Amino acid sequence: MEQVLLLLIFLPLVAALITAFTGNAAKHVAMVFALASLAITAAIACQFTPDASKQFVVNLPWIQSLGINFHAGIDGISLITVLLTNVLVPIIILASYQSDYKKPASFFALILFMQAGLLVVFTAMDAFLFYIGWEAALIPIYFICAIWGGKDRVRVNMKFFVYTIGGSLFMLLGIIYLYLQNPAHNFDIQAFYQLSLDPAQQGWIFWSFFIAFAIKMPVFPFHTWQPDTYTEAPAGGTMLLSGIMLKMGIYGVIRWLLPIVPAGVQDWGTTAIVLSVIGIVYASLIAFTQKNAKRLVAYSSIAHVGLISAGIFALNTQGMQGAMIQMLSHGINVVGLFFVLDIISSRLKTNTISELGGIAKVAPKLAIAFLIIVLGTVALPGTNGFIGEFLLLMGVYQFNIWAVVFAGLTIIFGAVYMLRMYQHVMLGKTNELTIGFEDIRGTETLVLVIICALIIVLGVYPKPILHLSEASVQQLLEQVNQKLTSVK
Amino acid sequence: MNIIITIVVTALAVLYAGLFKATKALLPLTLVGLLVALGFCVTAWDTNTIYYGMMQMNNFAIAFSSLLILGTAFIFLLTENYFAKDSENVAEYYTLILFALSGGVMMVSYTNLSMLFIGLEIMSVSSYILAGIRKNNFASNEASLKYFLMGAFSTGFLLFGITLIYGATGSFSLGAINSYLVGNYKMVSPLFYPGVILMMIGMCFKVGAAPFHFWTPDVYEGSPSLITTFMSTVVKTAAFAAFIRIFAGTFAPLHDFWMPPLMVIVCLTLFIGNVTALFQKNFKRMLAYSSISHVGYLLFSLITLTSTSNNNVLLYTAAYTFASITAFAVLILVKQKTGGDDFESFNGLGKRNPLAALALTVAMLSLAGIPLTGGFMGKYLMFLNVMNQYQIYLVAFAILNALVGFYYYLRVVVAMYFKEGADVLLETPVQYKVVLILSVIITVILGVYPSVILNLI
Repeated sequence: MEQVLLLLIFLPLVAALITAFTGNAAKHVAMVFALASLAITAAIACQFTPDASKQFVVNLPWIQSLGINFHAGIDGISLITVLLTNVLVPIIILASYQSDYKKPASFFALILFMQAGLLVVFTAMDAFLFYIGWEAALIPIYFICAIWGGKDRVRVNMKFFVYTIGGSLFMLLGIIYLYLQNPAHNFDIQAFYQLSLDPAQQGWIFWSFFIAFAIKMPVFPFHTWQPDTYTEAPAGGTMLLSGIMLKMGIYGVIRWLLPIVPAGVQDWGTTAIVLSVIGIVYASLIAFTQKNAKRLVAYSSIAHVGLISAGIFALNTQGMQGAMIQMLSHGINVVGLFFVLDIISSRLKTNTISELGGIAKVAPKLAIAFLIIVLGTVALPGTNGFIGEFLLLMGVYQFNIWAVVFAGLTIIFGAVYMLRMYQHVMLGKTNELTIGFEDIRGTETLVLVIICALIIVLGVYPKPILHLSEASVQQLLEQVNQKLTSVK
Repeated sequence: MNIIITIVVTALAVLYAGLFKATKALLPLTLVGLLVALGFCVTAWDTNTIYYGMMQMNNFAIAFSSLLILGTAFIFLLTENYFAKDSENVAEYYTLILFALSGGVMMVSYTNLSMLFIGLEIMSVSSYILAGIRKNNFASNEASLKYFLMGAFSTGFLLFGITLIYGATGSFSLGAINSYLVGNYKMVSPLFYPGVILMMIGMCFKVGAAPFHFWTPDVYEGSPSLITTFMSTVVKTAAFAAFIRIFAGTFAPLHDFWMPPLMVIVCLTLFIGNVTALFQKNFKRMLAYSSISHVGYLLFSLITLTSTSNNNVLLYTAAYTFASITAFAVLILVKQKTGGDDFESFNGLGKRNPLAALALTVAMLSLAGIPLTGGFMGKYLMFLNVMNQYQIYLVAFAILNALVGFYYYLRVVVAMYFKEGADVLLETPVQYKVVLILSVIITVILGVYPSVILNLI
């Protein structure tokens, strides 16, 4: 059974190498491999027993003299992110079917390469392996965004790259420090959990990890790379960045930050929540004023992630479970939003809100799908966004009432700017530009149907997902609390 | 000893082949000679032979010799038609490079300071001539003159240092000097301290550490690119191995004395190398400054001195050597076609020559230190050891510098893939392909499975 996880991780890597040489048939080849990964993930999810244990564990010696092992496994928290990755990658590949990328083979190969990196991040139980996956996921997305991106792509992506790699280098510093503190001299996550570090050490390790994760998510004030990068990236790149990559940061906080340095979290968690809440309000306010729909969604993403981050640092079951389900929902919704905007901009060559309008009249199918996605994003009850945001707000409420007042504003703000955007883009009178708008067809319909179905199914019946992660989340929180009491 | 004899005999044979105008035979002859030398390296493994107290072929020496020989062989593969443009008598180029290599082998295996000096001089004098081998080229002459003057100057420092140490201990032998230090730990002769410092300055000159680096950029830029490749990889590796052989071995008891000034040198080297590289418009000059910054990272191994230092340096220099050879190989290709060696010349290379562009990308990622490349493992090990002694601020400083490095290494990648260039296809000669592919494979292997080197010495 252990081999399944190896297969899961290495299949995309092999797939990337094969896809790179398939020329114009690349999208089909990539699709086949992505579906194969999805099938393996489905098999893993079926075999998975929803308790707190690590399953499908592989532990192979890698660089023995340095205490580095290829140690990976899946628990409930990992499974959710693995599911997210392997569900979204085929959707993103399918969504790129109509786009006319130059050198498609490289494009799809890079997506698959990134998938491998992401899967390593989400399953690693060895800090060094985690770091390798963390960087390995960054290189392909940098090239995707910088080769196929918009006009200003070079400058914007240089900023993105240096920003994120700067963050991760300081995380590496923290990892090395933990390794040196570990008497067993390895990078095993369990050994890291057991370390007893004094609060001062925990404080700076907290920051060395938190900055890396905060840049990835991004949390205010580390977000400045994000809107430009999202706007300039090609549609596929934006979906990868917003749908999957930012979850690396969230996952990192849950898996590595909280259990390893709980005292650091206790000392600085409030700061993190305050930053998250500031980010929520700030990003929502800026989203209001955006003229470009893609930028608006980018800022809304900062607001949503801020809420997830606040929910995690509240350190209770509701917040954490809310974060788990919201990671999945946000991934699906944001990919849907960016896909719709890509459909619009590929036909009309613009995403400027004021130039659009009345598309619903000429493209009713798109209008319905877009509406469902927007409603999912603004967390209408019955959609996937609702349950996550509800749990998150409940979690933050238990932490502090004022935090929840401000965080709760996102729901209202979000509803206002999202619906306003929908109104200006889809409703109203058609103008000369939008009159000839062609409704969705072929693969576009397929993608949107899948996304809408996921939004509704998860909204109506989120229990299976919550059930998957529940035991792991419980155990994680107990572990954190236990460690905190033992420090006292 | 067989190794040095083989190399020297090859060099002389090449010279005679040149006399009889057998230009076609030069390269095969050289490569065969180097392969034989490499074979001797393999058979000498674990034998630890000592030659009359002058040289010791221990595993350290053999590992570094192999690296030097392999690097030189790669560089020879790039010579196709390279020198023929400049002169009809290409045999002398081959011979000089081989002589320099033999000096390099002495520098990694000496156990006597006189051998260090002889090896250093054989290597340096050959390099001075090589730098100026384009007799009619102004820049090449300038490079040679600067290199010679600075080299002679630094050799002076080194010699003076050796003299003082001889005065204190009465011996040139590393073993004797070391046992003097251990025996008289509390009352080391006052002559010894300035001797160590002067030797350190001399070695810093040779490896190009700041503030003794001023010759590097001009010499690297002015010399023919292939010679620059040789100087920045083989010569630098040999000099560094010589540095570490004496400081990490013989002078280790005085670590507390020479470590603080070295730390200052490291910080300066990292800062000056990286920040100056940032402002270069010329790719070759950027590589020159980046090579300075790599010396900074390498010197970390002398600051910490652990049992794994030698292996770490071997890994780092191997990663650096193969990445640099790739970078220079692509540079030579580009320069031959476009005539320029600034960043703009690389525009659109991703389309014009995908293989070269990919190889250069891997090389740049390795020099910058991105995981899954040898360069990352090298940097990681250096950081690990420094952290181990809790010099966290030094590591934080190095990390900030590495961050600057990402920026300038990526600039050429940006030029290759994201900027439009002339639509001329660039052909790659077969030998270049071999070198590029092998270097990329080595770089990735060192990054993914560094255990091949880590437990060697």
